[in-house]
Parts: sequence; structure tokens; C-alpha cells
Amino acid sequence: MEERILSMICVSCPVGCDLKVQARGKEVVSVEGHSCPRGVDFAKAEVANPTRVFATTVRVAGGKLPVCPVRSRQAVPKERLDDISREVARLTVPAPVTIGQIIVGDVCGTGVDIVATRDLAAEEERS
Amino acid sequence: MADMQVDVAIIGAGPAGVAAGIGAREAGAKDVLVLERDWDLGGILQQCIHPGFGLHTFKEELTGPEYMHRWVVRAREAGVTFLTNSMVFKLDEDGSLWVMNPERGVFKVTAKATVLAMGCRERPLGAINVPGSRPAGIFTAGTAQRFVNMEGYMPGHRTVVLGSGDIGLIMARRLVWEGARVEGVFELMPWAGGLRRNIAQCLNDYDIPFYLSHTVTRVHGKDRLEGVSVAEVDENRQVLDGTERFIGCDCLLLAVGLIPENELSRMAGVEIHPVTGGPVLNEFYQTSRPSIFAAGNVVIVYDLADWVSQEGVAAGRNAALYAAGALKEPLRRIDIRGGANVRLFSPQYVTAGEDVTVYFRVLRPIEKRCRVFADRGLFERKHRYVRPGEMNEIRLKAEALQALPRSVTTITIDAEEV
Repeated sequence: MEERILSMICVSCPVGCDLKVQARGKEVVSVEGHSCPRGVDFAKAEVANPTRVFATTVRVAGGKLPVCPVRSRQAVPKERLDDISREVARLTVPAPVTIGQIIVGDVCGTGVDIVATRDLAAEEERS
Repeated sequence: MADMQVDVAIIGAGPAGVAAGIGAREAGAKDVLVLERDWDLGGILQQCIHPGFGLHTFKEELTGPEYMHRWVVRAREAGVTFLTNSMVFKLDEDGSLWVMNPERGVFKVTAKATVLAMGCRERPLGAINVPGSRPAGIFTAGTAQRFVNMEGYMPGHRTVVLGSGDIGLIMARRLVWEGARVEGVFELMPWAGGLRRNIAQCLNDYDIPFYLSHTVTRVHGKDRLEGVSVAEVDENRQVLDGTERFIGCDCLLLAVGLIPENELSRMAGVEIHPVTGGPVLNEFYQTSRPSIFAAGNVVIVYDLADWVSQEGVAAGRNAALYAAGALKEPLRRIDIRGGANVRLFSPQYVTAGEDVTVYFRVLRPIEKRCRVFADRGLFERKHRYVRPGEMNEIRLKAEALQALPRSVTTITIDAEEV
């Protein structure tokens, strides 16, 4: 199989190392430019199956705010982000919402849950 | 409402203020009060719903609300008192605060020590002189972020972003997820304002065009924004003839810089640094008014919330020590001076009382092996690059500072090629 040289920026931490990745098919042959082992893991994932943590908001009924922030508990395949975003956009969740509460379990069959990232009280509970 | 007396009063319940509360309680202050003008705690991080916070503090990447949730839980456990819906509208020279609250009315808080933790504001359109009309549809990136992530409104459907600060990059991606089209991000400088990884994961992931050395030259539209003119600029930031073009859009987001928010500090006569726009501090995060301390983006704008929280803990601790009459007396004063490639830094001087990290930003990027250093052999670290978008650190040891000859009254910090 033909070897490719890919340039990418590692997004594992705020340093943002420039990686030069030698890949054959979905296999990584070598990585240059990383300053910690996470760079190698990132390069492998980018070549085989790029993933991202997805964060958005979900509509809330009767809450102190009309929307509540949510995220995928783990990273999900990048190519599924569009589906996941549409799935979450269809929902309305009743208040109150608790941080960590599962909003969608096993979203789009990825095995990953969408969870709330803040507490959101119901409107009448104004403090 | 009766006036209140506390050991340490803190203005703002964002990352700096909440951490300052913890630092003050842990250092033994009895009554520690944090005043917050919003109805909720957490400050601007409540609208930063993307992951990327807390890698240093919690060894995992959290979203802004999750990061603040953990700190607020810690603060409550530490015995910090919070008062929300409370606007501090006046700060006296001795650090006493005048507060407005819908239930309590107007009241005064007398504090033995005060911590400024008001954070920063975004530079608005008025600060950058873009010609043209002033229609609806122009927002700072942070305002749009609050609309989308907390209020549930869309600022527009076809967006241009001016400036490449992190919030602008994050909002470009966010708006794509909400179904908007992002025409591009235009940066005046020949380098990016935000972190590299945000260029990768916010722009490159979604094929959003990124134009360096470009600016918006005109705003079009009467009631609602109809489009902007953009053009390339030369090395002197002058528009290059023949490069101007029109882009139709109903939304322009501005990510053109952040300014520490120091109206209250100025009222109290706190010395403000002309370049950082924040208080002049020593290594105790103490301002020119001895009972007033400061931490976080009110001092200098950081890249990472972790550093803000860390500075908050230290400022809170020192405020508590001051309140108890136990803060170290200054041994001497050594001013810090920025070298040729230093744009801004904090703290501005040290007294050799405590180990200190001086944070600074470079003026120009160095894209090769370089060193970040303080002269007199006080600190040196090699880097693979330095960039204006990323804060650098210089660590100074109190012992080494004490050992300097008395004739030394300044030390210079800088970054240069090796």
C-alpha cells in the first residue's frame, strides 16, 4: 500500500504540536513533531478513525434558561458529528436538569452518551 | 440593608474569584464573601460550553460549565459565601465596596482585604474603526456565544468573523453546528490570534477559510447587515489596492481582543499599567493599594482558565494573610522590564518575598528554536517556537532574587532565537 505523509496539528492539549505523520492505509508508520505520547495516539486516531468530543446545547422546557449545554461523554467519530448534532437538535428536555444527567443514551448507535454539563433549575425555583 | 463586614471581599465569581475565595478560606480568613452581578456563579465560563478546560487542574478536559461546577463545589465546601445578583458599583481606596442587590438594596461591604476578579471585556466595533453603516447583525464573538449557548438565539445565518481570537474560532465552529454558514475568518495580522489547536479543530475540521493579513474594510446594510467588504493588507497593515471584495452576510462577529475590566480599580486609585490595562502587581498579586489584590483576566488576559484559577488561589491566600496582618513585608523592589520581543507581562515588579511566575506575551512569533529567559541567569528555558497567541512563563525563585546585589533594581525578560 502507498505511503502518505500527512501534516496535522495535535488538538490533545493547548500546545498544538505540528505533526508530520507517515501513514500506510489506516496504519501510522512514524510520527514527528510531537512533544508527548498523546501526539502519537492522536496521529493514530486521525489516520484510523478521527474522533472529537461534541458539545452543543439542548432545548429545555420550563428552565431558568431556554437551553442547557451538553456534550458527548467520550469522543465520537468525526464522521458521525452531523447525525449526532441533528439528533440532539430534535430534543426538548424538561427542567430541572442536573449536571451529568444522560440526555441521549448511546447517541446514534455510537455507544456514547450525551450528558448535561451544568445544573439548570426550573424557572419557578429562581433564587 | 445593613452594611456587612468581612475579612476578604472578592469581586466576581468567575474562575479567578471562585478560586480566590478558596485560597482565602484555606489561608484562615473567617468571612470570605464573593460578589457576583449575574444570577448564577461561574462568570463567562458558563457560556464556554466547548471542552478544553482544566487539563492542568483536573487532568482531564472539561467544558467551561463543568470546570466551574467543580470549583464552585470546592468553594462551598471550603466555606466561601456567595452573593449573586449583586453589582459592585463603587470601590473605595481602602477596598470597601458599595453594592446593589434587588432584595437588599444598596449597602456597603467593609473588608480587611479585597480581591479584584472582574475579568475582561471584548473590544467592540467602535475600537477598530471600520467604515460604513451600523446595521443590526454585528456582535462581539462573546455576545454571540452567550446568545447561542445560554439564551437560545441565533445571531445570523451567514457569518463573517473578523479577528482570530479563540472565542471567534470557537464560535465559527459553533455556528456551523447550529446550521449557519461561516464565510471565513479574517485576521489583520500575519499570524493567528488564537491557539493553534483551535485553528485545527474549529476551522480546518469544517473547511472554514482562514485569511491572514486581511481585514474588513466596510460594513454594508441599512437596518440589517447585508455584507462586508474585505481586503488584503500589506506588512504595514495598509489595504492593498485591487484586493477588496464583497461578501454577503447577515452577521459579523468580532474577535479582535480582550481588555481587562478595571473601572472599579480606577475608582479606588489602583495604579493601572498602560500596556496591560490591568493593575500593576507584585508577586503577591497586590496592587498599589495595599489592601487590594487582583487575579486573572482583570490583570492580564490569559489563554487558559487553569492559570486564572491558580492565580486566584494565590491572590486569595495573600489577601487573607494581609487581612490577618501576616503578609510578608517587602524586602526590596526589583522592577521587571520587557525586552525587545515582549508585548506585555505581569506581575510588573517583585519584592523577593515569594517564588513567582511572570507571564508574558511576545510581540512577534519566532518559528524556530528559541529561549525564553530572565537576565542575570535567573531563568532560561528552550522552546521550539514562541507565538503571540500563547502566553510564556518565567519562573523566578525568591532565594535567587534575594541573592542579587542591592544595586540591581531591574531584571529583563525576553524571548530570542538561539
